[in-house]
Amino acid sequence: MEHITLLIGIVIVTALVFDFTNGFHDTANAMATTISTGALRPKTAVAMSAVLNLVGAFLSVEVAKTISGGIIDEKAGIRPEVIFAGLVGAIVWNLLTWLAGLPSSSSHALFGGLIGATLVSVGTGGVHGDAIVMKVLIPAVCAPIVAGLAAMAATRLTYRLSRGRDEQDTAKGYRAGQIASAALVSLAHGTNDAQKTMGVITLALVTGGVIAPHSDPPLWVVVSAGLAIALGTYLGGWRIIQTLGKGLTDIKPAQGFAAQTGAATVILASSHIGFALSTTQVCSGSIMGSGLGRKGGVVRWSTAGRMVIAWCLTLPAAGLVAGGAAFLADQGDWGVAAVAVLGLGVCGAIWAASRRKPVTQDNVNVPDAEPAGVVTAALQAVAPPPAGPLAAPTASAAQAAAPAPAAATS
Amino acid sequence: MHINWEALGQVFGVSLVVTVALVGVFTLGIVGTSPRKQQQPDGTVTAGTVPTALGRTGAYACFALCAAAVGYGIYLIVAK
Repeated sequence: MEHITLLIGIVIVTALVFDFTNGFHDTANAMATTISTGALRPKTAVAMSAVLNLVGAFLSVEVAKTISGGIIDEKAGIRPEVIFAGLVGAIVWNLLTWLAGLPSSSSHALFGGLIGATLVSVGTGGVHGDAIVMKVLIPAVCAPIVAGLAAMAATRLTYRLSRGRDEQDTAKGYRAGQIASAALVSLAHGTNDAQKTMGVITLALVTGGVIAPHSDPPLWVVVSAGLAIALGTYLGGWRIIQTLGKGLTDIKPAQGFAAQTGAATVILASSHIGFALSTTQVCSGSIMGSGLGRKGGVVRWSTAGRMVIAWCLTLPAAGLVAGGAAFLADQGDWGVAAVAVLGLGVCGAIWAASRRKPVTQDNVNVPDAEPAGVVTAALQAVAPPPAGPLAAPTASAAQAAAPAPAAATS
Repeated sequence: MHINWEALGQVFGVSLVVTVALVGVFTLGIVGTSPRKQQQPDGTVTAGTVPTALGRTGAYACFALCAAAVGYGIYLIVAK
């Protein structure tokens, strides 16, 4: 780190901010059902996840040398401005989906941001269309199906096997098992996602000529990326935890265990076999699957539908914001400054909007009271409803819809 | 465009089998350590019978198997 220019410095800080949003966005993946079944208290759960994310960041030495996974031609004149713009797009989309309480893939936001920024600043030659389909679209469709079916089958099986046993007697065992599988998900998340940020920072350092191409990330990069993701995880994205833990379906300990085990298995199998699936989509899918697997369990399709819409929008929306940011940043130093100021402004606005109806560790297990959606109501009419009122938390989504257009044009 | 269907199929198969097997084994462990509910003819439920030593041993073997699976999972994460 001989001479880090101001621009590179800005990119590094932005990358760390993205890592931080990635952390609190994805806490829910590992911990939502753990918290909602009461296996761990909310604060304990996020603390454990944070520590495991930090550990995970240091575990793997195989660094994501191509941060974009071959989606973007990194040789085609990617400059720090482009990376900066891509990161801004990813952060803005991450914050918007967090405000809506919707789990969406942070990696897809990062990909979308980088794609949008590259398209504007380098042109279509800098993006590999094939790789987008292969690495983003197909996994996005397959992940929830694979994880959902696995979790559904596992839920069915576990309920069948434990028939004749008191739920209170078995709950403790399920909760213990759930903690183990949640820990695995957290650890895997740390190795994967912290690596992405390290890759981004390393790429910025390489493009700025600070370190030689193809070199490993310096230790301070590893440490800061690990700390950023751990801090984000510890703060906890309570909104998304609420949606995943209480919003999609009502999770009992047996289901939570089946869902978490399914998620951990799918994540490890996919990354081991080499067909990377997004953690977020795997976890959401397995939670829905476990909801369908229990007799009388109901998936709130209105919430699930909004989640799927968010998944479809992630790539284009982050790309659009990043494209605009790249256009501005290309205008010169004042453009970069403008993007930074606008980005900070949008983040501040989203944070202010979130304060109007805060979700914290204290009310994370209380589902938002709201009339059930049309599909849910129709399903209830067809299938006999289980005990307990059904409520879909749609209020937070309505809130998020308002600031969305403003952000897209920034 | 090349889509790696084979890898996708593998992920699908492995995930399904491993998840169901793990959850099944773990459930057997839970079943082996928890008392059986007994339904009397008149419909009331009395306190369950204590699991036998055999059941308990089998259950601990199940839990050990699951612990080994978790260990293998950690190995996969670290060795990547």
